[in-house]
Amino acid sequence: MGTVPQKSPAPGKGAPVGQSAQQGFVYLPLIAGWLVPGAGHFLLRKWGRGALLAVSIIAMFGLGLAMQGKLYTGTQDILAMLGLAGDLGNGLMFIIGRMLGLGANPVIVTTADYGTKFIEVAGLLNVIAAVDAHNLRTGRKS
Amino acid sequence: MFTPSHFAAVLLFALFTSTVFGITQRDNPRSMVRYAIYCFVLFVGSAIVLSWVMYLIAR
Repeated sequence: MGTVPQKSPAPGKGAPVGQSAQQGFVYLPLIAGWLVPGAGHFLLRKWGRGALLAVSIIAMFGLGLAMQGKLYTGTQDILAMLGLAGDLGNGLMFIIGRMLGLGANPVIVTTADYGTKFIEVAGLLNVIAAVDAHNLRTGRKS
Repeated sequence: MFTPSHFAAVLLFALFTSTVFGITQRDNPRSMVRYAIYCFVLFVGSAIVLSWVMYLIAR
């Protein structure tokens, strides 16, 4: 089995994914990216991508809360279960939000419904971003 | 409490979602920007088209 030759990263481009990424725990960017948006990319020194992902996901979560969106707690029915699955994608933001009692429980106004969807979608986007960090780490993506 | 209009909520949603899609679904910065713009236009465009369709159906 031959080895695939890897291009050396351009200076200052911060792409050590080729060499240094071959060492250490391979799932670390995935877990870090799930817990804190953008952290997986920061670990791989993809500063620009990580910052944009962090800003987008945190802003979406924050705007959802500002719109009185709901943080799902239990699994009363199948829709609440799916909502909880989406919310869990937010990682530490969801856990801290639950601990602080953030998020309105009964959805009363229209914007609260938008807010609930913003929070759910932020979680789903965070999962996509964490998987992207994992793909960068394993070399599946450059 | 933040209370955007429906269209402002659509714009914010499209902006953040397109940014994440662009970064995660493409490999190089140029194609990332192009794909993000493509997704943004599709999000906002489809919202406008569907709004008109629903408006015409309701009349």
